[in-house]
Amino acid sequence: MELFVFVVAAAMVLGGAVGVVLRSHPVHAALSLVLTLFGVSVLFVAQEANFLAAVQVIVYAGAIVVLFLFVIMLLGVDKVEDLQIEPFKIQRPAAVAVGAGLLSLISMAIIVARDANAPTVTPSDAVQAALDGSHDNNIRAIARDVFSDHVLAFELTSVLLVIAVVATVMLARKPRKGETT
Amino acid sequence: MTSFITAVTVTTTWYLLLAAMLFAIGVVGVMVRRNPLILFMCIELMLNAVNLTFVALARRLGDIGGQSTVFFVMVVAAAEVVVGLGIIVAILRRKPGATTDDLAELKG
Repeated sequence: MELFVFVVAAAMVLGGAVGVVLRSHPVHAALSLVLTLFGVSVLFVAQEANFLAAVQVIVYAGAIVVLFLFVIMLLGVDKVEDLQIEPFKIQRPAAVAVGAGLLSLISMAIIVARDANAPTVTPSDAVQAALDGSHDNNIRAIARDVFSDHVLAFELTSVLLVIAVVATVMLARKPRKGETT
Repeated sequence: MTSFITAVTVTTTWYLLLAAMLFAIGVVGVMVRRNPLILFMCIELMLNAVNLTFVALARRLGDIGGQSTVFFVMVVAAAEVVVGLGIIVAILRRKPGATTDDLAELKG
């Protein structure tokens, strides 16, 4: 059963990713991205990361892709690009060669390290206590981990989000008359 | 056939190899495409590949820290997309239909 889920989700992920790269219409590329993100979400569920699967659908498919589509429509670039134009003849073969080389390097490292002994990680007491509970283990464990061990990083992400929002407002607004940007 | 399906178990290595393929496709996309919006989507592909690796290894090692890292990566990715799309909108308002080759003012 897990094999079946993995094969179907992997086909979704890879098909969507290839679609993002090869589709000439930006809207089609964005919709292929949705396919990939759903496939990754299915793989998260298959690995018992239920909370992250939900966040993946809500944040990525729900917010980020909608933002992409919104910008595509807003800018009026929703027309087919001509993918035949290529200023540097060597660029595409070189890119494919670099990609294949990178893939073979990473795959080699993964396969070599396949049988290495996994280091034993002992969860902190709070996380262990959450894991011992009966239900909603995943969400409880993540919450314990984020709000105890990584609470400073969590606060910093809120600062980051505020900075991002302010920066976007500054970028997007039109300058008033007599004001230089 | 049924015995084959039940005999094969999906190990962490499979997930890691899938993530490697997804990452490589994203890298090729960034190098090949010239539309800034598509470049952004390819960066999202790479981020998702890394997230998949984190979750696979979090399960393998029995450590929830990998999953909380993915949570932070998602937050940072959302912030990055918001700022990046803001910059792209600002650029394309000034130069409609610009590709990455047209944005070379900073070239020395």
